[in-house]
Amino acid sequence: MRTVIPTLLGGLALGITTAFAQSGDLTMPKTIEAGAAFSIQSAGSGKGTIYIAGPGQVIKQDVQLGAGISIPAGSLYNAGHYSVWLTSDSSTQSGSIDVLPAQKLSDITFIAKPSRLPVALHNAITGSVYVFDSYGNLITKPMQISFQLLNPGSAPQTRTAETRHGAAWTQMDSAAREGKAQFIAKVGDISSTRIVGQVPGDPCTIKMNAKAAGNKIQLVTDPVKDCSGNAIPDGTIVTFTASYGDAKSTVDVPLKKGIASTVIPAHRGAMISVASGVVLGNQIRWAQ
Amino acid sequence: MIPKQMLLISAFSTALSLSAYAADEPTVHVQQPRLQGPRELQEATAKAVVQNYLDSWQSMSKALNQNRPDLLDRDFVGSAKEKLAATIKQQTAAGVSTTYRDRSHDVQILFYSPEGLSIQLADDVEYDVQLSSGGKSLGTQQVKTRYVVVLTPSEVRWRVRIFQAEEQ
Repeated sequence: MRTVIPTLLGGLALGITTAFAQSGDLTMPKTIEAGAAFSIQSAGSGKGTIYIAGPGQVIKQDVQLGAGISIPAGSLYNAGHYSVWLTSDSSTQSGSIDVLPAQKLSDITFIAKPSRLPVALHNAITGSVYVFDSYGNLITKPMQISFQLLNPGSAPQTRTAETRHGAAWTQMDSAAREGKAQFIAKVGDISSTRIVGQVPGDPCTIKMNAKAAGNKIQLVTDPVKDCSGNAIPDGTIVTFTASYGDAKSTVDVPLKKGIASTVIPAHRGAMISVASGVVLGNQIRWAQ
Repeated sequence: MIPKQMLLISAFSTALSLSAYAADEPTVHVQQPRLQGPRELQEATAKAVVQNYLDSWQSMSKALNQNRPDLLDRDFVGSAKEKLAATIKQQTAAGVSTTYRDRSHDVQILFYSPEGLSIQLADDVEYDVQLSSGGKSLGTQQVKTRYVVVLTPSEVRWRVRIFQAEEQ
C-alpha cells in the first residue's frame, strides 16, 4: 500500500526568474513568462531533435547539439510545466521548464447574478471574476479588482477585492429604486459590464376603498407600491374576496396603472378583503 | 468508471489520506476546503467535483496517449479543452504522443463562486510523463507540480474549464 507524501503548498512565486535549471545535460531557464523567448544549452555534437512537451503545448524542433537552441518569442505561451528532451542518435538529454502567466492582464471573465431581482435586498447581487493574460492563462498573482454598481438616481456602490489564485468575488445590495443598474468589474484599464434589472418588490401595503354602485359595490385600491415607494408593475394580480354567511366569492384583478378595481354584488354584512401574493390589505364590512 | 480509490472525503476531515489499492492507481489526498466566498459547499458537491476532476486526468491521459481529442469531451470544456485539443494536434503533426500517469494527488478546494457556477481547486500532483514516437519511448520524466483548476457544472458532471500548472 502506498502512503501519502505530505505536500507543502508552495507560494505563488511569480515573475520572471533568472534561475537556471540543469537536468541531464540541458541548461535552460527554470521559468519563463508566457510567450518569452529563451534558449537551451545542450552538450555534444551533431544533429538532434528537441521536444518540449506538456499538456498545454508540444514543440518539436530540429537542432544542432552543442549550440544554443533558441526558442523564439511567442513559441511557448500556455502556462504550465513542460518536460524537455533532446534526442540524437547517440544520446538523450532532458530538462524541464515552467511557463508562468504573463504579468499583463488582458481579459477578465465576469459573472454577475442574478440578472433581475427585487429592489432593496442586502447582498443579493453577486459578482465573480477570473483574470487572464493575453494567452488565456489564469493570472494567479494577486491583483486588485474594483467592482461598481451604478444605479440610476442613486449613489454608486463600490467594492474592492484582491484576486486569490486568479479569482475574486463581491456582493452588492440592490438599489431602493427600480431600474437597470450597470455592474462593472475593473482591473487596470480592463473592465467588463453586466446589466442587472432591479424591479419593485412585494407590495408594502394594500388599501382598498368601497362605494355603492347601484345594487353592487365598486372596490378600488390606492396605488399599490412596494416598501421603497416603487409602483408595483401592472399585471400583478390583486385578489378581492367577499364573504357573507356561508358564501364566499373571489375576484382576481390585474393592476392597471398601479390600481386594481372591480365591481362585486352587494350583500349586507359582507366582509370584503384584499390581498396580493402574501400581502394582506385592509378589510371592509359592507353595512348597506 | 475509474473507481479512483478516493474513499471519499468523510466530512472533510483534515488531511484525509486515501491509499490506492492497485499499484497503478494514484494516491489521492483531499484536504479540508479553504474557501473564499460566501457560498456554502455541500459535501456531495465537493465529492463530485473532486471525483470529476480525478476522472479528467484519465481522459486527458488517454486523449494525449492516443492523440484523440474526442476523448476530452466528457471532462473538459472551454479553454482547457481547446488547449488540450491543440496539444493533440501538435503531437500528431510532430508524430509523437505523450503518456501521463498520475501517481498522487493532494487536492484542496479553494473557491466556490457565489452564484455556484465555478469551483476552483489546487492539486499538488505527482505524475510520470513519457514521450513516444512510433511506439518507441523517447524519454520519461517524473514531475511534481501544482495545478490550479477551475471546474464548471454541465448537465451531469463538473467539467474542467481551466487546467494550469504553476511553478512549485
